Amino acid sequence: MVPPWRDIRVLRIVGQVIAVGVVLFIGYLLWTTLTTNMSRARLSLDLDFMRATAGFDISQTVLPYSPRDTYGHAFLVGLVNTLMVSAVGIVLATILGVITGVARLSTNWLVNRLAAGYVEIMRNTPLLVQLVLLYAVLLQLPAVANSIALPGPTYLNQRGLFLPRPVTEPTFVIWLAVFVAGIVVAVIARRLSARRQENGQPTHGIGRLGLLAMLAAWVVAWIVLTPVQFDLPEQQRFNFTGGVVISPPFAALLAGLVIYTAAFIGEVVRGGIQAVRRGQLEAAYAIGLTPMQALRLIVFPQALRIIVPPLTSQYLNLTKNSSLAIAVGYADVFSVSRTMANQTGQPVSAILLVMGTYLVISLLTSLLMNLYNRRVQVLER
Amino acid sequence: MTAERLAPPSTVVGRRAWLRQNLFNNWYNSLLTVVVGLFLVVIIVLVAQWAVTEARWGVVTTNLRLFLIGQYPFDEAWRVWLSLLALSVLTGLSVAAYGGGAVRALASGLAAGQALLGVLAAVSGMGLVVAGALLLNAAAVWLAFAAGMRLSLSRRALGLAWLIAVPVLFVLLQGVGGPLMPLVPTRLWGGLLLTFLLSVGGIVLSFPFGVLLALARRSDMPAVRYLSTIYIEVVRGVPLVTILFMAAIMLPLFLPAELRVEHVFRALIGITLFSAAYVAENVRGGLQAIPSGQIEAANAIGLNAFQRNLYIVLPQALRAVIPANVGLFISLLKDTTLVAIAGTGLLELLGIGRAVVAQPSWIGAQLEVYVFISAVFFVLCYIMSQASYRLEEQMGVGHR
Repeated sequence: MVPPWRDIRVLRIVGQVIAVGVVLFIGYLLWTTLTTNMSRARLSLDLDFMRATAGFDISQTVLPYSPRDTYGHAFLVGLVNTLMVSAVGIVLATILGVITGVARLSTNWLVNRLAAGYVEIMRNTPLLVQLVLLYAVLLQLPAVANSIALPGPTYLNQRGLFLPRPVTEPTFVIWLAVFVAGIVVAVIARRLSARRQENGQPTHGIGRLGLLAMLAAWVVAWIVLTPVQFDLPEQQRFNFTGGVVISPPFAALLAGLVIYTAAFIGEVVRGGIQAVRRGQLEAAYAIGLTPMQALRLIVFPQALRIIVPPLTSQYLNLTKNSSLAIAVGYADVFSVSRTMANQTGQPVSAILLVMGTYLVISLLTSLLMNLYNRRVQVLER
Repeated sequence: MTAERLAPPSTVVGRRAWLRQNLFNNWYNSLLTVVVGLFLVVIIVLVAQWAVTEARWGVVTTNLRLFLIGQYPFDEAWRVWLSLLALSVLTGLSVAAYGGGAVRALASGLAAGQALLGVLAAVSGMGLVVAGALLLNAAAVWLAFAAGMRLSLSRRALGLAWLIAVPVLFVLLQGVGGPLMPLVPTRLWGGLLLTFLLSVGGIVLSFPFGVLLALARRSDMPAVRYLSTIYIEVVRGVPLVTILFMAAIMLPLFLPAELRVEHVFRALIGITLFSAAYVAENVRGGLQAIPSGQIEAANAIGLNAFQRNLYIVLPQALRAVIPANVGLFISLLKDTTLVAIAGTGLLELLGIGRAVVAQPSWIGAQLEVYVFISAVFFVLCYIMSQASYRLEEQMGVGHR
């Protein structure tokens, strides 16, 4: 019979009780001081202030917003701004990152060194400094009167990049139907071609034919229906009217996030491709695959398996780093929350709210990427 | 035993052959070379033109003191140079005792950096005395190295010296009051000095906390494991800015009203809480790499859980994660810039830069200031990342 103080089962329970107890006790201590301090400073944890009028302006928004809206709406506007810059940033950073990773593996010495230099500079300087530097560069652009005219018509000046704004016509719905129908046809043709190939029948290039039909249908329908007109920016005395503008804060934040994250994604991609054993590629050539086929069918699926987990954390980093928006004056969720905290005098609720929001975004993103990861892994086996 | 693997002999002889093989080996590579080359030339010419003709570098040299030590009183600045001297000597001795490329890279970086700053100080208004002191510090690294080779110090003594140096230097910088060493409150510290304080302080303080979290996450007691996992995942799920903002505003509310916490320590606590979660994940990687036979052997010779961790598991795990933690330190050093926008009221290197740009006499000199700050960070981080690569090679991580 083991005495209880030497029984591992008893000790484990005691250990856990002590650990939980200590954490609870510390939590209780902090909570009581927090509540007494907060009541003394007339602070509260409720979110009633969210219904009050915000009163401050937000320059570039995705959702419609005016200073007469509530704090709750302002918070939502900030959140959508964060999500937009993150989503666009993730797409662009992935593209630039893959290019960087491939360039790092290039046999061309100059391309290789250029990519390596780019990665080293990005990895060894703080993102925040890069952002303010980029913003300072954008402010060096000419004033409205001396805008740089680019083909499009597109204009570049201190107030931003003025682009034509696409406006959909009523015929757009019809074109969309053609678009979807084209995809359906192409997919069916491809399936048919694959089945014939499996059965050893000649395919007569059905797959390629379907793809061609799809593209032709898109182009012809676009020309016939003209589903999209463009609202062009026009130069007035002090500013432009019409079109759509990408403001310097948004441009600086987006460019900074993309350029910074792409360097890290480039390293992830390079590592993934290099981790595929050389023998795999040699074997692919040995069974007669072309270099393109070898890359698409052999190297890429295996590299993807290695790339996806670190890529996920880069996407999360980009989203979290978008909270630096405040340095260039872009109104993301953190920037709006800070204004809210200052104006309402209820900083505690604002802080907890914004932290909770980021936590939910992070958890959702990792959930999605984990699902994708599982798919990639299963496909592989 | 595995034989050393040599690279295949070079098939390229001569400069033209090299060019042909590496730049013009087929038509699209040739095209790529020309396009990229032209692009590079244009960029380099534009930047060089700006840097030589347009840039007003005076904004950097005039304000060099602010960039280095912030509002730390200039009369007391000798303490900063003295602390740097102590660091230089200790680093020089460490090269002698430990050897290896990593420490050597760090030492050369420290010497070169101080020499460079010395030259800059001579050009700026900081005076020749400061310049001389900095150059002397640079020389001290090599002198200490030479002395260390003769003395052959034990590594243990050196480790102890480093441990003692940190609090002693802090006291030296803060002062003890009195005419000889008047108190310099931490809110006057700024610039590079504050950047170092926050990053070094952050990594040192978060290390023990992170190790505990990692052990807890690997524990076989579910309650302990869940608590640690929740902490780590929550901290990793939110941006550092929000944590710093919380530390700046909410920390005083969590503590009794009598306890006033200086802004520097609020930021330091925020950074520590943040980086502990990342240290924990690094250490967990090291713990997972330990073969289970080690743990079984420790159990077999009758060690209890505490002894097993202290004598068997941690020494091996921590050694394996040193390179990863150097990487963490680099990102922490970069992340200290965030205190400039988190409403902490602190002026580290970037904060000072923003203040300098706001001076009426230097309106429009943003590019110069931010380029300078980027360059400082680049030099610091590049040296450390090189040291980290060397360390990885030296320790043979991934080659066992």
